[in-house]
Amino acid sequence: MLALWSAGLVRFARRQPVGAASGAVLVAVVLIAVFAPTVARYEPTQVFRGEALLPPSSSHWLGTDDVGRDVWARIIFGTRISVTVGLVPVTIAVLLGWLIGLTSGYFGGWFDLLVQRVIDAWIAFPTLILAITLAAVMKPGIQNVLIAITVIFIPGAVRVVRSVTLPLTESPFVEAARALGASHTRILLRHILPNTVAVVLIIGSISIAGAILTESGLSFLGIGIQPPTTSWGQMLSGSGRARLNDAPWIGIAPGVAIGIVVLAANLFGDALRDHLDPRLRGRDA
Amino acid sequence: MQTYIAKRLLLVLPTLFLVTTVTFLLVRAMPGDVLMARLAESGLLGSSAGGFNDAEREALRERLGLNDPLPIQYVKWVGGIATGDFGESLWNNQPVAEVIGNALPATLQLGVMALALAWLLALPLGIISAVRRNTVRDYAARFITIGGIVLPDFWVGVIVILLLSKVWNYFPPLLFVGLFDDPRANLEKLIIPALILGFRLSAIGARMTRSAMLEVLGSDYIRTAWAKGLNERSVVMRHALRNSVLPVITVLGAQLSILIGGTVIMETLFVIPGMGRLAITSVTARDFPLIQANVLVLSVFVVFANLLVDISYGFVDPRIRYS
Repeated sequence: MLALWSAGLVRFARRQPVGAASGAVLVAVVLIAVFAPTVARYEPTQVFRGEALLPPSSSHWLGTDDVGRDVWARIIFGTRISVTVGLVPVTIAVLLGWLIGLTSGYFGGWFDLLVQRVIDAWIAFPTLILAITLAAVMKPGIQNVLIAITVIFIPGAVRVVRSVTLPLTESPFVEAARALGASHTRILLRHILPNTVAVVLIIGSISIAGAILTESGLSFLGIGIQPPTTSWGQMLSGSGRARLNDAPWIGIAPGVAIGIVVLAANLFGDALRDHLDPRLRGRDA
Repeated sequence: MQTYIAKRLLLVLPTLFLVTTVTFLLVRAMPGDVLMARLAESGLLGSSAGGFNDAEREALRERLGLNDPLPIQYVKWVGGIATGDFGESLWNNQPVAEVIGNALPATLQLGVMALALAWLLALPLGIISAVRRNTVRDYAARFITIGGIVLPDFWVGVIVILLLSKVWNYFPPLLFVGLFDDPRANLEKLIIPALILGFRLSAIGARMTRSAMLEVLGSDYIRTAWAKGLNERSVVMRHALRNSVLPVITVLGAQLSILIGGTVIMETLFVIPGMGRLAITSVTARDFPLIQANVLVLSVFVVFANLLVDISYGFVDPRIRYS
């Protein structure tokens, strides 16, 4: 099993070097998040008296912000939020979307009709407005940002999984299984589900970037992650933004950090799509 | 075509019902009702013992209709909307329809400008990128678009404001004026946020145009078009572009949600009194009727925009009408 996995990884790396490099960046970000206290050098909330708004130097690699906190430490601890936001809600949303899309596509009928109408209405809510309202319903904070982002990403996953399930349901091998007397559960789990794994992986990896951008937007608006927890979007809200003029490093650092992670997530998702779905290969990279 | 349109219109009804119900329930679920906020604001709550009493509070709840059972509140609300009455703001008793009406033009204008700029940029970028695939121009176009996808719009906004003020000593006008009151000042205020938003949207549009064009460019009839000696311009613009338009329209529909999210950020950043800023302020103020109306207006807008997109499919591609 392990050998199989590593052989698959090598093949992926050979065919999609950019994707593999992006994957490595993402793994590095996860490691940074895990070992943040070691990498950060300081606490993200530690205030250096009399050292506010210092430009980058050897003691403060990315300078200090308007209250004298180390920007590097805040960026490093910010990876924890981005990693959580990129993994937890996306995984939950994709799993739920998978379940709903699979069953509604397979069983069809009134259930499918109902699901489709609900998804139509769901998608009609502009995502950020929905997130803002949800975050407000539940008071701001990490937990609610996670819930809001999960809610946003479910309908897309349902749609994609359903669209892949529909033709599978009509395919000869499913018909054959049905003729052999296989139960619905067996057909779904053994015949249809394995054929949807690729698309689920693709939609999951592509959603990571969107999730991170949504969190940073919410935090920027002040309805996302609340202090003292540090998030990249939040670093640009409030007083940090007001001092940009004399201390641009406060604002440039989180933008670059978001850019790197989102770029890596996008490129990785694209590469995964090209690798797993041969029909799309070379169309858009 | 008529049956197709009628069918699509019918499908909108359950969607609208769900949208209104969810909007209504979502807002009712908010903690700390506005009374608390209102009383705290006016210094009545917790200021001194006996500053406000249960009877006063009860009277206020009664007057605002917060004591009715939920279904009745819902029916009253929907009935009101049907007659153009969205209720009153819980804060200053201003009619919600008026507040929304004041905020809508700015957002609409910003959205239209952003969308227009986006496609002005996206179509040429996507076409060049597909036709000159794997050349320097393709890489340049894709580099630009990746920037639009990867960089958060609020960050681009902050940096642009910073650069404008530092390098050109330019500050966008502080006050927003209506397009018809002072077109020059109005456009000066909106052009920068519209450009930033448009840049972001164009990235997605250009990518989609590129991949749709690439698919079409590889097809047999394009080879035929080349073979019969047509020049590049007519192969690309008349044969290829027309046939790649369908997936591109789809993106247009999907972009609306991103566009509306973007206007929230831009309106906050550039202090534009539109729907996005209203969303933020009404949520922080827990102004139920205002939040409801805001979410509702925007979602209904998205529903109908997607309806238009679907109907335009029917016009663009006759096959869809009959399936």
